[in-house]
Amino acid sequence: MTPALEEIWVYLATTPLLGLTLTLAAYQGAWWLYQRGNQHPLLNPVMVAVAALVPVLMLTGTHYNTYFDGAQFVHFLLGPATVALAIPLYAQWQRLRAMVLPLLATLVLGSLTAALSAVGIAALLGASRESMMSLAPKSVTTPIAMGIAEGLGGLPSLTAVLVIATGIFGAVTARFVYQALRIEDHAVRGFAIGLASHGIGTARAFQVSEQAGAFAALAMGLNALVTALMLPWILPWLAAWL
Amino acid sequence: MIAALTLLLLYQLVGEVLVRALELPIPGPVVGMALLFLTLIVRSGPGADLRTTANGLLQHLSLLFVPAGVGVMLHFQRLADEWLPLLAALALSTVLSIAVSALALHALTRRRREGDQGEQP
Repeated sequence: MTPALEEIWVYLATTPLLGLTLTLAAYQGAWWLYQRGNQHPLLNPVMVAVAALVPVLMLTGTHYNTYFDGAQFVHFLLGPATVALAIPLYAQWQRLRAMVLPLLATLVLGSLTAALSAVGIAALLGASRESMMSLAPKSVTTPIAMGIAEGLGGLPSLTAVLVIATGIFGAVTARFVYQALRIEDHAVRGFAIGLASHGIGTARAFQVSEQAGAFAALAMGLNALVTALMLPWILPWLAAWL
Repeated sequence: MIAALTLLLLYQLVGEVLVRALELPIPGPVVGMALLFLTLIVRSGPGADLRTTANGLLQHLSLLFVPAGVGVMLHFQRLADEWLPLLAALALSTVLSIAVSALALHALTRRRREGDQGEQP
């Protein structure tokens, strides 16, 4: 690098501007591709943007913390966006009210399936106990999942990665599962993807329809609550068997 | 837009404070969402400003997960060590959870719909 370029780089590496701009630019590109591909789930914009950003950061030797100094402004908006989910939820209030009991029964069944099947499969394949406990809350939104994993003896930072991967995987595969099972109702589709794939599944659901998004948001919120209440009781008991 | 954003942040703030004060096992923003939902029921719906701002935020909800997703770069080594059980458990369990939840809700709501129509003599 010439001295001038080096100076510019030093400047960029120390301001949040670069991390923020990179995040928005990568997302713009990913969103463009997603629209060009008719919002096909395999072109999930979270996945594409992350896949574009990670190599750039690694090649430029940028540490994640430096990147996050800028990206945190985007990350911060997750809070108000979660609160904003109340608005689509309200729009579906009539439909929700008519389905309360089926929704609650599905919630308990789905929540148990998400946690126990993950731990069971990992145990069968010889995962370490630490990994199993980090995996158990994988379908729950990140901050709660990290808290649950910590309480169970897992690694919260590993849980964060597994949670994001679960969200992306669910957002990518849900449509194919619904097609195979012939599930058409957007309320059902949304609730299932929100339960299994938290916020990233909810984001995908909103791109399909507002109704799917509202039911996904509901499932995400309720699953966080139910899993946080159930897992600390059930898993130690299950771990004694494994 | 500023008024709506202030309102959203205010509900988040109240949510965060309640979670800490009552030691609830859920995040502050989720409590904020529940409180705003109750408010909307009481006041019969959001104003135009709040609706526009919320739609704007939610339309690009995916963007907000990108910074956390990039965090995967911190864990390549750990993932390399146990990739098979982690990947298999994550993939199979996610598909299974979606399938079980969708089938259960589909079956439970279908029965209700048929029940609503009344029994044939």
